[in-house]
Amino acid sequence: MFSSFMINTWIASTAIAFVAAFVGFFVVTRRSAFAAHALPLGAFPGAAAANLMGINPLIGMLIFVGMGVFLLRQLVRMGRRDVGTGLVLVLFLGVGALLLSMTSEYAPAVFSLLFGEVLGVSDADLWPILGICVLVVVGIALYFRPLLLDSTFPDLAALQGIRAARMDLVFLTLLALVTATALPVVGAFLVFTLLVGPPAAAQALSGNPMRVLVLSVMFAEGCIWSAIALSYWTNWPIGFFVGTIGAGLFMGARSYRHWNQRQRNFLVV
Amino acid sequence: MLLENSGFFSSEPVQTALIVGTCAALVSAVIGVFTILRGNAFAGHALADVSSAGGAASFLLGINPLLGFLGMAWIAAFGMEFLGVRKVRERDLATGIVLGAGLGLSALFLYLDVTTTSTTGAAVSVMFGSMFAIPQSLIGPALVASAGVFLLVGLLYRPMMLTAVDPDLAAARGISLRWIGLLQLLALGLAVAVCALAIGAVLATALLIGPAGAAIRLSRRPAQAIFWAMAIGLTAVWGSIWMAYESYYWFSGNAWPVSFFVVTLVFLFYLTAVLVAKVMGLSARQKPVIWPHCEA
Repeated sequence: MFSSFMINTWIASTAIAFVAAFVGFFVVTRRSAFAAHALPLGAFPGAAAANLMGINPLIGMLIFVGMGVFLLRQLVRMGRRDVGTGLVLVLFLGVGALLLSMTSEYAPAVFSLLFGEVLGVSDADLWPILGICVLVVVGIALYFRPLLLDSTFPDLAALQGIRAARMDLVFLTLLALVTATALPVVGAFLVFTLLVGPPAAAQALSGNPMRVLVLSVMFAEGCIWSAIALSYWTNWPIGFFVGTIGAGLFMGARSYRHWNQRQRNFLVV
Repeated sequence: MLLENSGFFSSEPVQTALIVGTCAALVSAVIGVFTILRGNAFAGHALADVSSAGGAASFLLGINPLLGFLGMAWIAAFGMEFLGVRKVRERDLATGIVLGAGLGLSALFLYLDVTTTSTTGAAVSVMFGSMFAIPQSLIGPALVASAGVFLLVGLLYRPMMLTAVDPDLAAARGISLRWIGLLQLLALGLAVAVCALAIGAVLATALLIGPAGAAIRLSRRPAQAIFWAMAIGLTAVWGSIWMAYESYYWFSGNAWPVSFFVVTLVFLFYLTAVLVAKVMGLSARQKPVIWPHCEA
């Protein structure tokens, strides 16, 4: 499991889970799970197009996810947020379905794009992934305070002169970058669980932002490490393990909180 | 040209596609308007995505795919209800968690499909649909499911609409929000299953929220919105079936998938509706009180 061809996967997934936890923290506090679900699927046709044209998939995904952010902002401005998000999502998926119908390598390629592949990371892939992760960390460090304020108390943020539209763009850009790096490993559908599951579980356990961040990094790393290990042993798709472990973490955290509150109420009564 | 057209209508896969597509368009128009009014577009999309696990499982077990889609959509609906979809703040997260777990299951079932049976195209046809490959034996179940939706909505139209538009008022009138919500989720599950069969589980959202989203921009009354949504949905589905059929000749034997055309047409209709509404001054601000949730 730790043989040489797996080393890159371990390094890349550790970096991806780290940044996913940070961006996911904002996904959860901003309640934008739908956008976090839509953007990875926006990146998916990029990978298909890159396959078709024979260029680096990362470039294709970055281009498409960039277009996704642009379209999402335009459509959300024009109408209801959830309807706009949903339509951008299906539009990109439809294009992806078209591009996939054109390629000759059919089922396995589709499957690994949608649900992830453990052995997908080569030496040449590793450096761009790490570079983008560093970029995301720098972006979060720069915008952490205004983004947090805008996500929790939008009115107060507006009073302090923080522009909501700009914060939205910063958030979506960071989300897009994480998405494009995480997609080949975890798969288009399950990037979303990695983003939402661990921070949602962490938030159920604590109200302090710093503690939530630390917890969600721990949960995300635990989630992806165990998913890779289980996927390596069983040969089942990594997406299955990420999805169920993410949901399990959330359920566990919620039950723990519930139980804890009952205990406390009991003492007070 | 005439010859080609007669070939279009006499071809058996096209007939099946037209019937199932029409069912999907009509059913999703009705349910879509309620879903959008309740602000449930994400939940509707999540149900459709999760139903893909049922579709994948049906390949594995050799049962009717419509039943597979439906079963999983209902399980997901109860799961969201159980995890606390009622509180608005929690709704987004609960939906997301159910969605993630459902897609994980879907990954597993599709993987098992490929390894244990020899259905290599399962991933593509469950996720993105293949309208011309729907077996004729599924027309009956699709019609029954659609009739079920119309029956539910027909019986409960007024309480459902009141609950969607103004839950507080509905509660004050003595309507049980719990029951109405549950029945609506059942109807949504049926609609999702029919749409998933027609254009694929992950693209079903296009029919569910696209035409209804456009219609709500164009009309001032719920019944009118449902009518517009039906018209837009039908045009999109029929147009795409025809274009996909013809695309075989356009691209020299490399036909494009029907689902791609459906999604693109729905998207274009939505953009047109938004523009028309803007030009005609039907902006959200001037809308009458009947659409209270239509924030800008």
